[in-house]
Amino acid sequence: MELGTSTPGGYLLVLAILLPLAGIMLSFTLGGRNAERVALGSTPFGIVLACAIAFEVGQAGKPIVYTIGGLPPPLGIALRADGISAVMLVAAAVILAAAAFYARSKFATPDGVRESRSALTFWIMLQAIWAALIIIFVGGDLFNLYVALELLTFAAVPLVCIDGRPETLVAALRYLLFALFGSICYLLGVALFYGAHGTIDISLLAQRVQPTPVVWMAAALMTAGLLAKTALFPVHLWLPPAHANAPAAASAVLSGLVVKGSFFLTLRLWFFVLPALHTETAAVILGGLGSAAVIVGSVMALGQARLKLLVAYSTVAQIGYLFLVFPLASGGAQTWSAAGWSAGLMQVLAHAFAKAGMFLSAGVLAEALGHDRIGNLRGAARVLPLTFLTIALGGLSLMGLPPSGGFNAKWLMLQAAVASGQWFWTLPILVGGLLAAGYVYRILAPALSDGQVSLKVTPMRSQEVIALALTMAAIVLGFAPQAFLDFLEIGRPVTASSP
Amino acid sequence: MNPSVIAGLTGATLVGLGLYGFILHPHPLRKLLAFNLIGSGVFLVFGIVARRGAAAGFRFDPVPQAMVITGIVVAFAASAVAVALILRLSAANSDLSLDPDARAEPSDGEGP
Repeated sequence: MELGTSTPGGYLLVLAILLPLAGIMLSFTLGGRNAERVALGSTPFGIVLACAIAFEVGQAGKPIVYTIGGLPPPLGIALRADGISAVMLVAAAVILAAAAFYARSKFATPDGVRESRSALTFWIMLQAIWAALIIIFVGGDLFNLYVALELLTFAAVPLVCIDGRPETLVAALRYLLFALFGSICYLLGVALFYGAHGTIDISLLAQRVQPTPVVWMAAALMTAGLLAKTALFPVHLWLPPAHANAPAAASAVLSGLVVKGSFFLTLRLWFFVLPALHTETAAVILGGLGSAAVIVGSVMALGQARLKLLVAYSTVAQIGYLFLVFPLASGGAQTWSAAGWSAGLMQVLAHAFAKAGMFLSAGVLAEALGHDRIGNLRGAARVLPLTFLTIALGGLSLMGLPPSGGFNAKWLMLQAAVASGQWFWTLPILVGGLLAAGYVYRILAPALSDGQVSLKVTPMRSQEVIALALTMAAIVLGFAPQAFLDFLEIGRPVTASSP
Repeated sequence: MNPSVIAGLTGATLVGLGLYGFILHPHPLRKLLAFNLIGSGVFLVFGIVARRGAAAGFRFDPVPQAMVITGIVVAFAASAVAVALILRLSAANSDLSLDPDARAEPSDGEGP
């Protein structure tokens, strides 16, 4: 791969970053009701830009690169978009657009209504999350990525406590402290990498890394920091209260996208910075933690009394599946490794869409019924049929039943586990699917049974349709053709390190 | 024992002390101070990296120093956000502990 030169189409990466940043500036200066118009108006452009980047990457068949200021690494900073960045850019743009349009009813400021501080905060922070995610997906420099990670945290924390109730403040503060711990560990790792190899550009580092104690220490520190931000078991404690207390639109973005940002960097670290090293032991540790997260998260979800907390604990479990990609895709040039890689990314996308849809539905339900206690849902499916359809379809993907993106992901994971002779990874995948069926049943069974439920507020049809559209995207991923899986391989370093 | 080694060991000590305080102190303000202690240790490590990595003819490698400046700004912003949250929390609630069992029942999340 030639370094240090911009490729055709590289300017699109700059435009993609500038769009939400310009939106933030405009929202600040215009303020109030204009912030909403700016945020809603920029999302369609964001989707178009993300699709254009994906098209360019697909056309070129290799990553597109932009070196900022024409200054090549190691001194300059490169932006790179490969297959996985392009797919994540599109997913992020679509989910953020959906969340923004869903949030209009809660954070809109119609004419004649006084502008509120929480509305302004919401629209600005939503765009800030978007900007930070784009930088994370296309960043090619570990320190630049650190700054993006911090931006992501600073934008996500205020969304958790946007209504200012004391319990949301506690949830936000715990989230912030976990995240700060994570980022300072990551930063120390960056310092060690720079000290050892004199560069923190991802592709230059990949050529230079040696299995020395310094490199292992740096990798361990960065991984520990990223795990705290991704909420992998056992550092998942901050996630359920934070995600369950945020407003529904924010929960969808936090659960669907924000935790994927730090997971994406963990992928970058192990598969793009350290592909030359023998990482089997580390991969088994990460896979083991992921398996524990699947079991613990699902069991905790089974015991929750409130829908939003149940969905939040389900996120803890589904994050666990993501980490199975490390043992299942570490085989380099082996054929099963490609299946493991596709499975990991498919799980990222399927969970992002399904979980965003489920959180939005939980929001509709809480708004319409005035509560979200699972024990009082008897007969609720009669009054909210569309919302429960969405929850059922999202649940289908979480359980991994066909046809859905979740099924595709788990099927590819099982194939990779069997083909690589690591059959023990099939156990958490299958047990996790059963437990997921259990907690989805806990929501649907009372809702579909007889009972009288009165609506406090008639649900907005547009909100229900947005949530349904997101879960439909998770289902459609189940029909992804082989070309899509090949697209995910673009730019993935494949080395011949044997397992 | 040259100055670089002493500064590096000091950085390591600061990180260690900060980690101890960050994990063990229940009060959020103490945790925040401990975080800043870890941060100082990490910035010191960056300083040592700048000293050791200097190319011929330079006394210091400027790149890690640029990173430290950015890192300090980010850590300062993080501290400001955390202090703002702690102030809001102490205004709303006299109990500042972050014990998860103390508040086991979060509300709907769709409240007022």
